[in-house]
Amino acid sequence: MSNFVGQPMTRVDGRKKVTGEAKYTAEVAVANISFACLITSTIPKGRVVSMDTAAGERVPGVLAIMTPFNAPKLPPAKLAPGGPSTNRVLTLLQDDVVRYANQPIGVVVALSLENAQQAASLVKVLYAAEPHHVDFESSLTTLFKPDKVGGSKAQPDTSEGDIAAGLAAGAAQISHVYQTPFEVHNPMEMHATIAVWQGRDKLTVYDATQGVCGDKQRIAELLGLRPDNVHVISEFLGGGFGSKGPTWSHVPLCAMAAQRVNRPVKLVLSRAEMFGPVGLRAVTRQSIAAAAQKDGTLTGLRHDTVAQTSTFDTFMETASLTARMLYACPNISTSHRLVKSNIGTPSFMRAPGEAPGNFALECAIDELAYAVKVDPLAFRLKNYAEQDPEKKRPWSSKSLRECYRVGAERFGWSKRPLEPRSLRNGHSLTGWGMATAVYPTNRSASSAVARIGKDGRALVEAATQDLGTGTYTVMTQIAADAIGMNPEQITFRLGDSDLPETPVSGGSQTAASTGSAVYLAGQALREKLVQAAVTDARSPLSGVSAQDISIDRGRIFLTATPAKGETLQALMARQPGEFLEGHGDAKPGEEKDKYSMYAFGAQFAEVRVDADLGQLRVTRMVGVFGAGKILNAKTARNQFVGGMTWGIGMALMENAEMDTRLGRIVNNNFAEYHIPVNLDVPTIEALWVDEVDTHVNPIGVKGIGEIGITGSAAAVANAVFHATGKRVRDLPITLDKLL
Amino acid sequence: MKPFTYFRAQNADEAMVQIRKPDSKFLGGGTNLIDLMKMGVEQPSHLVDITRLPLTQITEYQGGVRIGAAVRNSDAANHALIRTRYPLLTQAMLSGATAQLRNMATMGGNLLQRTRCYYFYDPTLGECNKRNPGTGCAAKTGVNRLHAILGTSEDCIATNPSDMNVALAALDAVIQVSGPQGDRAIPILEFHRLPGKTPEVDTNLKVGELITAIDLPAIPFATRCSYLKTRDRSSYAFAIVSVAAAIDVDSGNTIRNARVALGGVAHKPWRVPAAESFLTGKKAGEPAYREAAGLLLQGAKGYGHNDFKVELARRSIVRALTDAAAVRV
Repeated sequence: MSNFVGQPMTRVDGRKKVTGEAKYTAEVAVANISFACLITSTIPKGRVVSMDTAAGERVPGVLAIMTPFNAPKLPPAKLAPGGPSTNRVLTLLQDDVVRYANQPIGVVVALSLENAQQAASLVKVLYAAEPHHVDFESSLTTLFKPDKVGGSKAQPDTSEGDIAAGLAAGAAQISHVYQTPFEVHNPMEMHATIAVWQGRDKLTVYDATQGVCGDKQRIAELLGLRPDNVHVISEFLGGGFGSKGPTWSHVPLCAMAAQRVNRPVKLVLSRAEMFGPVGLRAVTRQSIAAAAQKDGTLTGLRHDTVAQTSTFDTFMETASLTARMLYACPNISTSHRLVKSNIGTPSFMRAPGEAPGNFALECAIDELAYAVKVDPLAFRLKNYAEQDPEKKRPWSSKSLRECYRVGAERFGWSKRPLEPRSLRNGHSLTGWGMATAVYPTNRSASSAVARIGKDGRALVEAATQDLGTGTYTVMTQIAADAIGMNPEQITFRLGDSDLPETPVSGGSQTAASTGSAVYLAGQALREKLVQAAVTDARSPLSGVSAQDISIDRGRIFLTATPAKGETLQALMARQPGEFLEGHGDAKPGEEKDKYSMYAFGAQFAEVRVDADLGQLRVTRMVGVFGAGKILNAKTARNQFVGGMTWGIGMALMENAEMDTRLGRIVNNNFAEYHIPVNLDVPTIEALWVDEVDTHVNPIGVKGIGEIGITGSAAAVANAVFHATGKRVRDLPITLDKLL
Repeated sequence: MKPFTYFRAQNADEAMVQIRKPDSKFLGGGTNLIDLMKMGVEQPSHLVDITRLPLTQITEYQGGVRIGAAVRNSDAANHALIRTRYPLLTQAMLSGATAQLRNMATMGGNLLQRTRCYYFYDPTLGECNKRNPGTGCAAKTGVNRLHAILGTSEDCIATNPSDMNVALAALDAVIQVSGPQGDRAIPILEFHRLPGKTPEVDTNLKVGELITAIDLPAIPFATRCSYLKTRDRSSYAFAIVSVAAAIDVDSGNTIRNARVALGGVAHKPWRVPAAESFLTGKKAGEPAYREAAGLLLQGAKGYGHNDFKVELARRSIVRALTDAAAVRV
């Protein structure tokens, strides 16, 4: 049988993207459109006393200026704490309170974007500012313990064994504080929304969202509409990284503005507006204490995280979760605490928790390995967890040992001298570092439908999203195998909330969740096709037993005598109905109670540091992953390399700089908020090991969108230590920290 | 953005007439001006596009080279005359911005590039004497990692962000301008100003004056050079500290002549004649370079986040001179 899954198939939407045929949200053509822009607060805390809109209203083409003083009143907001974890608290002009800088406090709509922007610049806002605190230090007085943390709603604290005794029992101890800064998702495509009302109670929203179904529910709830009357469309996304998971304030504001001006409205955020109103990665301060015996056996591990959150929401950057499960250790203690600041609310950002958490944990492990003078890789192998130390369950599968082995070999790790600062050539210092990558395998209930028509072509549909990750392509491959067709005979549709319901594309779960549903839908359709053939008197397979029949590459035939059969098109042409269809509903089952499910990886980095100037470049990276079934070798490599590149930026560059006096992020543009450019990205080798996991989900997929980041920042930081002998425990590692 | 009118001038006379309209500005590549207009920092009522003026030649001139003001940065950087005679300028220009920006940016425009100080660049970010004279300087006690350590004033600690200007300063470039009062030549070191009490004035260019060319004098040892730029990423990042160095060393390893200009440290490209005359006659090598660095950095002071720049500049100067001396010509 053909196996399209796994092959390096070129993106089915690639041609559309390079020719511009693919329309991203802001490019969707809508008749009679008008253009909106936001007015955002320039103070972090206080009240809007007044907004003088007179000058703005005189700008030609201005249709409306919506402010807290004239915006329509919405039904009381439902802030159900038990609701989806993507439901962030919004600011929708329902009061005059300023909760953070860059908060939307007005919307201007005009016949052109230029008119709207000019009018917005002419609106005079009078504030009554109140004392604020935006930095970690001055927010510490608000420290509190959250109820549940993260998308998995985990306990904030855990304690296993006796941590004090465990830490005392080691031959060596380390205890350090690690810090990570504010980071901003900054996908290339800005958040964008087009709202089109059909009458007073029906709404179509073109939205750059990672979750069309959740978006629909949330918009309906916020605007007091019936969910069935809200239609969300999102066919192409230019990245999201978690920031397009929740529905943010600008989305309902766009709909409110469209209602006000009685015509469709387009609202595209500016780059500066990406810094605050649409989520960010919170600052974390992580204290790690760990101890080990002389041979490297861990005796105690303590990981305490304090993260910032906003004053009006409770998102927690769950940095201590990994410490609970990554290493076999009898005494493990973890905790999560929050401090409240006058900042835009933090939210999920690619590998939330794991990215900053693994940076700290995997640096601490490196430090402890050095404390007992054990090779950092040997140290990790010494403490290899054969089962989940937290839940005491077997792993559904774990190939980490193999990842370490393959990665070390590809990288040449065995040639590494343990002593830091020992690879020197003139003023150039070279360092090699490594770290473990890990990310949980998530999935949620998802549905799909597969339909074949008289032309022998299949249309497979699910509401889901393609963030640029390759969803269109991998779903096509899954459907091709499940039905028994060529990928070219299949069209996969997504990005439409009217299609079968699917979850948010977050937590690296789209392939596992919706891929499983597509697989089941394809199988259901296949059975229908077999039934149609054996019950069709004119079919060459009439009367044959169903289990003796195969379908492959669009042809249905007797397995034992492949010549006996016909094309699906021929079969379908004789069918009485217009089409046959199969439905797939996949949801997590008892596997989550029986197994601990994670993807693992090993990452290795080489850096060169100028000993005098501190200039630092990553020169080589190798990542090897055990992440279940890999659906497409091309798009998978893209995800891994993208994640590792993100890790370079996290390690060396990303930092939203806050002016604590103003309470504002000052480097709110791509010239000064640095992410890696091509020259910063070396040859990155991303590999994976074959891993068959029959437990995680029907297609054995673990999800690969986020794991690439989770070891790379630590691998780079550990390489910097190896190069220079200097530990930098607060990111990013800029040259001034190495002088 | 404030609405404005636009005129595409075909010759210098036309441009000089147009620029007399109220709130007029010349438009070159627009890579900085348009950006600042979008931010609301610059609010001209009238733009005079001078990219069609016949100022796009690079020619030999009085033993040196004359570069027309409307030449694009990438064209100048890659021109044979520049590459062979003034590789320092090529290196500096190619280290700046991105290929796309260099393709647009003009030589004259780059001379006038404005500071990247956050507080200047965003009118909603409170006080800035450069943007709004008399309001104060938020950077002094704000986020100032990239700010100046030399030649600052109570009123402004902004830097000139250009790489090109640093090399031009080391090469003793002369700026040719035409104005209502006729033509004049401004030596590069007198072109940019220190902030003093009037940080809103970046240069000594007078109202209505048009930059027509940049002249580079003949400097026989200019090929023995190095442009060193430290920065937070490999491309598309402003200098933290940059050094343009050229050095002439005789066969006995004695320094005959040297030029050193610093970028990223002051409101203008920083050159100290005393440091260069000190080097003349000394043995080439780290001890002499260190002392010269000390002279270049006399009076340097940080404002908190940028304290490290003083030491970084010292090390960068030594490195750049070492690298320049190592160039075989």
